[in-house]
Amino acid sequence: MYRSLFPRDMFAEMDRLQREMQQAFDLSPTIRGFGRNGFPALNIGGTPQTVEIYAFAPGIDPSSLELNLERGLLTIAGKRENALPQDDEKAAIHINERFQGSFRRVLTLPDDADPDAVTAKYRDGVLQISVQRRASSQPRRITVQ
Amino acid sequence: MTTHTSPSVAQRAQLSRKDDSARYSDAALTPPVDVIEDSGGITLYADLPGVSRDKLGLHVASDTLTIEAESDLAVPEGLESSHTEVGLARFRRVFTLSKELDTGAISAELKQGVLKLRIPKAEHAQPRRIEIQAA
Repeated sequence: MYRSLFPRDMFAEMDRLQREMQQAFDLSPTIRGFGRNGFPALNIGGTPQTVEIYAFAPGIDPSSLELNLERGLLTIAGKRENALPQDDEKAAIHINERFQGSFRRVLTLPDDADPDAVTAKYRDGVLQISVQRRASSQPRRITVQ
Repeated sequence: MTTHTSPSVAQRAQLSRKDDSARYSDAALTPPVDVIEDSGGITLYADLPGVSRDKLGLHVASDTLTIEAESDLAVPEGLESSHTEVGLARFRRVFTLSKELDTGAISAELKQGVLKLRIPKAEHAQPRRIEIQAA
């Protein structure tokens, strides 16, 4: 289980509670679980033309970020280096909350997402992935003859 | 961070929630931190994804350090969010400093959404080895 990006977020805690209630009342999750509280945290949204994914992954070398799209599955993987001193015996670690190590998150894209039209950029620690929807599935106005 | 095109029932519910959140407009996420102390001072790392340099505020008042930041993401027009794990765009965290730290000499560096703060110890508080006198 990954460490949450915002472990002390009260809203997330309430959300978790609600989710556990749902689970207790037998609301079936998907095969990949409810898929929350991982690293990086994800916000997903869409416009009529695109699907937008925001991955909150601060402090990562963009070249080590691995982004794969295969059969409608988008995988975000990488590694975050440990910022803590490893060999300094005189250093004391007072607080250690930040995620470290390897991560991998997988998400299903909607059927109309076009795997050939994906752009990704990493800025200020946020990876923004934009997937175009196929032109054929975009709303069109049909003229009545 | 969400903009809506056409209000539906669910969205209207969300809008009224937004009115509520206006009352609690100082709601902010607590960013995760690492704090390491060595002989020369304290190093703090904080995860502030989406925060650019001009949206980061660091304040030291007597013995408290406040980190305040706002993330600003370029969100396309008409985006409807379907899944949200980071629900607020503000971060705040307050620490109490101890008096041997030299608040005048704090250095800060923000790189790819990670803030690194170095707070050195004051000159007089640098470690000294205490000699033990043999009787």
